[in-house]
Amino acid sequence: MRDVIVEIVRKARESAEERDILINTLHEIQKRFKNFIPPEAAEILSEELNVPLSKIYEVLTFYTMFSTKPKGRYVIRVCESLPCHVEGGREVVKALKETLKIDFGQTTSDGMFTLEMTSCLGLCGVAPVIMVNDEYYGNMTPEKVKELVDKLRGDVK
Amino acid sequence: MKPITVLVSVDSNSVLLGARHFLNYLRDLVKEYNLSDTVDVLETGSMGTYPEGVIISILPDGVFYVVKSEADVKKVFEEHVLKGRRVLELEVPGYKIKRSVEVEKVAQETRIVLKNVGEIDPTRIEEYIARDGYFALAKALQMKPEEVIEEIKRSGLRGRGGAGFPTGLKWEFTYKASADQKYVLCNADEGEPGTFKDRLIMEGDPHSLIEGMIIAGYAVGATKGYIYIRGEYYSSIEILRKAIDQAYEYGFLGNNILGSGFNFDLKIRLGAGAYVAGEETALIESIEGKPARPRLKPPYPPTFGLFGKPTVVNNVETFVNVPRILLNGADWFRQFGTESSPGTKVFSLVGNVVRKGIVEVPMGVTVRDLVFKFGGGVEGGKKLKIVQTGGSAGTFIGSDKLDVPLDFDSYMKNGVSLGSGVILVADETHCAVDLALTVMRFFEHESCGKCTPCREGTRMAVQILERISRGEGRKGDLDLLREIARNAGETSFCGLGQSIPVPLLSIVNNFEDEFKAHIGADKCPVGVCEFKKKTVKRKLGVKKW
Repeated sequence: MRDVIVEIVRKARESAEERDILINTLHEIQKRFKNFIPPEAAEILSEELNVPLSKIYEVLTFYTMFSTKPKGRYVIRVCESLPCHVEGGREVVKALKETLKIDFGQTTSDGMFTLEMTSCLGLCGVAPVIMVNDEYYGNMTPEKVKELVDKLRGDVK
Repeated sequence: MKPITVLVSVDSNSVLLGARHFLNYLRDLVKEYNLSDTVDVLETGSMGTYPEGVIISILPDGVFYVVKSEADVKKVFEEHVLKGRRVLELEVPGYKIKRSVEVEKVAQETRIVLKNVGEIDPTRIEEYIARDGYFALAKALQMKPEEVIEEIKRSGLRGRGGAGFPTGLKWEFTYKASADQKYVLCNADEGEPGTFKDRLIMEGDPHSLIEGMIIAGYAVGATKGYIYIRGEYYSSIEILRKAIDQAYEYGFLGNNILGSGFNFDLKIRLGAGAYVAGEETALIESIEGKPARPRLKPPYPPTFGLFGKPTVVNNVETFVNVPRILLNGADWFRQFGTESSPGTKVFSLVGNVVRKGIVEVPMGVTVRDLVFKFGGGVEGGKKLKIVQTGGSAGTFIGSDKLDVPLDFDSYMKNGVSLGSGVILVADETHCAVDLALTVMRFFEHESCGKCTPCREGTRMAVQILERISRGEGRKGDLDLLREIARNAGETSFCGLGQSIPVPLLSIVNNFEDEFKAHIGADKCPVGVCEFKKKTVKRKLGVKKW
């Protein structure tokens, strides 16, 4: 693991000033380990950047895009802001919770899905919008939620 | 030009429906059938929207198809391109394509900022240059920095991020501060629900932003710049990265730009999901690798910004105005908009409105025009009930205030905010209490927790609103909400907490009757809130006869 982190830090240093690379580095590490930042990685990063571990965790826990715990194979982010809300977002949220049988911040027991709340995704023209990993899905309805979840489950089998 | 062109419409709607994937698939098909000399597959902007499918058009025949799957694409390719037979079941007549605001340049639209959006290929710097791109930079480099600042000051350009601070003045402060290093920052952390104009500008015309930032750097004496962009905006990040590389290649970035001796470097920094990072000092903290918590002001960024150095922070839309002003002059710019707010504003139309999307119009446009003229009115022929202008921290108004003109002073004059330019329409089926609860939940979630009035105030407001929407509202609840709003507004540390009274007071005051109708009632008057069933308490004792 150390090699991976050292490489990420080296690359970041090439393109940036010493003091402004922490967040970009964390993004890279999270990408490398699928969707979370393992405690070991944070420790190695702390040594490499010479930043106290407490500082790294302060940043890690402040921003909603970072996670210290492994997430499901599919991270479903759903927007609860007003533009989505007035277009039926509430029903979509309800359908997601019912279909997956989990609440926000939880992962299904089979490790397939993590449900998260997100703020606006900037696609209000097709509200309500959800995001599954890097993909956007617009004009969502409770029916489409069920279809999508079934499809994702089916893709793995 | 090749005999056959297949156009694939890739825009914010169709991307969601797989447009890019279909585009690549088509290109593969062309290769597979060895038709590279005959068929061109091109990505194009929005051709309009059509529910549930991606529009592709085949030229020179001028036929439109809506495709939903790879199989559809293959069918169109094999039937139409190979055999010249129309696929009737997938064909749509041109007039049926519902044109989105981006495409249908409504008569009165005035495009300054969006001049190139949808008109050029954002991944090719040549197309930008062909439309006078980087000419303003060349012009600026022949002027003295003071002259550039003077021109921006004379134009009356005010920051488009929401606060409306005069841009030229901000630049002058930074210019006058002496330091060994200065910075230019672009605030592209567009987290305001309902706002997506910056994303479309960056994705449609990234070089205008880059050019504006280089000019700002030259004017204030900065040699380094950062674009701080939302981590979730994957495609904006990708397009900007490409554009920055091209600008370096052409010598618009780097050392000795256009032989002027001026150096400027530009980098991208990613946000990581924090609404408060849109506050300028919080954004600076975030670039420095810390949690995005706002700093105490003063000192302001023009004297003490990134790494303690003088720093200009402007929004995407503000920077994009800069090259246009320098090229055409301040007087040209002042002919648009109002005396105190010259120029145009890019508005996002969202919610229950027919044509959702962005539209650029001169400052001083009325809310009514935005909703009905540009937005095409309320969806499904329903009645308009509530409009929120200016984003989450904006004002909720009823139909009695639709004729208020929007500019930077409309909040002071009429209590209607311009903010970041969101126009959110809610029709008659929505409940004011429910909307208030949603917006306060947003603030509760996004409060950084640094100061008590914001952290606890938002939490209390949510609890009270939840109570009302459960049917358990109490008599003094509205006064309590007003008090919380006032406290947060007066004593919060930063702009996030300070702006809470705007949405909260406006919805409570403008829709007081509806709030009151919830309290002590058996069900939500609009039928939206789910009231908890009351358990009937039986009085014990002797029945009165």
